[in-house]
Amino acid sequence: MTNTDWPLWEVFVRSRRGLSHTHAGSLHAPDAELALRNARDLYTRRGEGVSIWVVPSSAITASSPDEKDPFFEPAADKPYRHPTFYDIPEGVKHL
Amino acid sequence: MTATVHTSAALALGDDALVLSHRLGEWAGLAPVLEEEVALANIALDLLGQARVLLSMVGNEDELAYLREERAFRNLQLVEQPNGDFAHTIARQLYFSTYQRLLYGRLAEVQGEFAGLAAKAVKEVAYHQDHAEQWTLRLGDGTDLSHERMSRACESLWRFTGEMFLPLEGVDVDWTGMKDAWLESVSDVLHRATLEVPQGPQSGAWTAGAGRQGLHTESFGRMLAEMQHLHRSHPGATW
Amino acid sequence: MVEGDRMATAAAHRTAHADGAAQEDTSAFQAAFDAAVAAEERIEPRDWMPDAYRATLVRQIAQHAHSEIIGMQPEANWITRAPSLRRKAILMAKVQDEAGHGLYLYSAAETLGTGRDELLDKLHTGRQKYSSIFNYPTLTWADVGAIGWLVDGAAITNQVPLCRCSYGPYARAMVRICKEESFHQRQGYELLLSLSRGTAEQHAMAQDAVDRWWWPSLMMFGPPDDESAHSAQSMAWKIKRHSNDELRQRFVDICVPQAESLGLTLPDPALVWNEERGHHDFGPIDWTEFHDVLKGNGPCNDQRIARRRQAHDEGAWVREAAAAHAAKHGNAGTGATHA
Repeated sequence: MTNTDWPLWEVFVRSRRGLSHTHAGSLHAPDAELALRNARDLYTRRGEGVSIWVVPSSAITASSPDEKDPFFEPAADKPYRHPTFYDIPEGVKHL
Repeated sequence: MTATVHTSAALALGDDALVLSHRLGEWAGLAPVLEEEVALANIALDLLGQARVLLSMVGNEDELAYLREERAFRNLQLVEQPNGDFAHTIARQLYFSTYQRLLYGRLAEVQGEFAGLAAKAVKEVAYHQDHAEQWTLRLGDGTDLSHERMSRACESLWRFTGEMFLPLEGVDVDWTGMKDAWLESVSDVLHRATLEVPQGPQSGAWTAGAGRQGLHTESFGRMLAEMQHLHRSHPGATW
Repeated sequence: MVEGDRMATAAAHRTAHADGAAQEDTSAFQAAFDAAVAAEERIEPRDWMPDAYRATLVRQIAQHAHSEIIGMQPEANWITRAPSLRRKAILMAKVQDEAGHGLYLYSAAETLGTGRDELLDKLHTGRQKYSSIFNYPTLTWADVGAIGWLVDGAAITNQVPLCRCSYGPYARAMVRICKEESFHQRQGYELLLSLSRGTAEQHAMAQDAVDRWWWPSLMMFGPPDDESAHSAQSMAWKIKRHSNDELRQRFVDICVPQAESLGLTLPDPALVWNEERGHHDFGPIDWTEFHDVLKGNGPCNDQRIARRRQAHDEGAWVREAAAAHAAKHGNAGTGATHA
């Protein structure tokens, strides 16, 4: 609209140590430093986080939902990747 | 009131926080961008929290906030200055948060009645200072208009800054050293923001410690009238 | 999942529509969309969705976001006069939350390919609406309590089902908002309780506020079901889960015992428990007033928009300065962050 439009940033918050960053939402900021601070004020004002990432929304490459089948379905028919695929006699422990 | 508390210092620091919090609260709904509504309110809430702890060291927080006359307030004249445009608010924040950070940093290190509060508050005001610094850089080194406005704001509030370094009874810090550290820190930010460090005096006839002695500026009376009106209209009521 | 790259998605779909097989593609997309909604799956930003679904969501989320932002004003009106420091802190935190909730919602709307500036522009020029309730004035301190109890109460009744809305980003924003808003209603109720149990003047102030806010709160659920223009389609799309009248009845039933505990009277002589229905009956709502306020003739319509525009216009130089600074220093959208 005008040159005052601030770019959009995606915000990822680590809620506590030991957990990974999770997408929390987005916000507008003129630059990375303010994006980080705005994210702190907006998404962690109730103590929801110990670490924040901000990423320009334009820098994210996402898989397309139209490619859903070729992207994700092949992974669904390889049950041998999951531990439940294997029969283990009852009573065998630590496996 | 606890015997060990230096009433005048607790009042002075408490009033600073109370009054600045009130001024920042006046921004609600008027901030230049929505993200900044959240940021300014965070700072106001931190300050109000500090004010409540400090005033409670002296007496009943509400009686002190709502039932004192203007001449009994001990805050710096700097913090009562009207918000003005966003540049004025940011200049006021820069000057005050730098002072508060240095002062609380020192208070947190020495044993005393303020150590507990200072240890918590210094983390809050570090963020306030960072916020003020970030905006000083952007307004100073942004557009010609913003440079002009930020420059004017820094100039016009400069004469209220000397008062911050007059010794407070019961606060045992090196005030001269603090003033030097303040000037160094503020100058560094202003330089990076392509702004001049104001050259004028840091106090005038009415600003040589006047706020700390209960002499305030005209707009302060109106601010208090608004703040105290409802409470005073219902004597003895609880809310 | 990632909500970035919004505009690109919208553009990609338009391209898909333009090619020869568009007709066939759309019906396949439509079937997948219908199946997902039916199966209670969430629709996500990059999924295909009917244009009307997208438009309905943008309209509703934008209106919701605008309501949060405009809704700051009647309460901010009392921040500088709050009668105790405790109440002042609560009120500041609440008004701040509303700004935050506006931001969550604008961010959800942006996943549909409409930027915040565009939405704000529509608000400022009257092309998008906000909840009419905020066109009523806050005349006394008790109004802050009445807004918390009744207005936020009505809003929560409306919003809780939205946490299960079919559109993922909207539902997620609502989960966050509902969690945060739980204190809003309680603080309002507690505020009114203090007044009701306080001096005679305070009690009268509380009763007066409830008298003025009760009917407008009931209007917040929208027109009766048989006159509600968008309801049926929104329910089919699972954007909306309950009808206006259903939610309104739920709200009345919740409020009656709460008012009794407050020691305040709801201003409706026809309000009575109906054993047969298992609900309270209540008097007729003045829909003329509702439509009048909606059309712009409420007590504060002009004032609210004027103040919002003032903030936006007077902030323009600040936003420009920050954008100019970022352009000069080359960190607009490329800066590093730290974990």
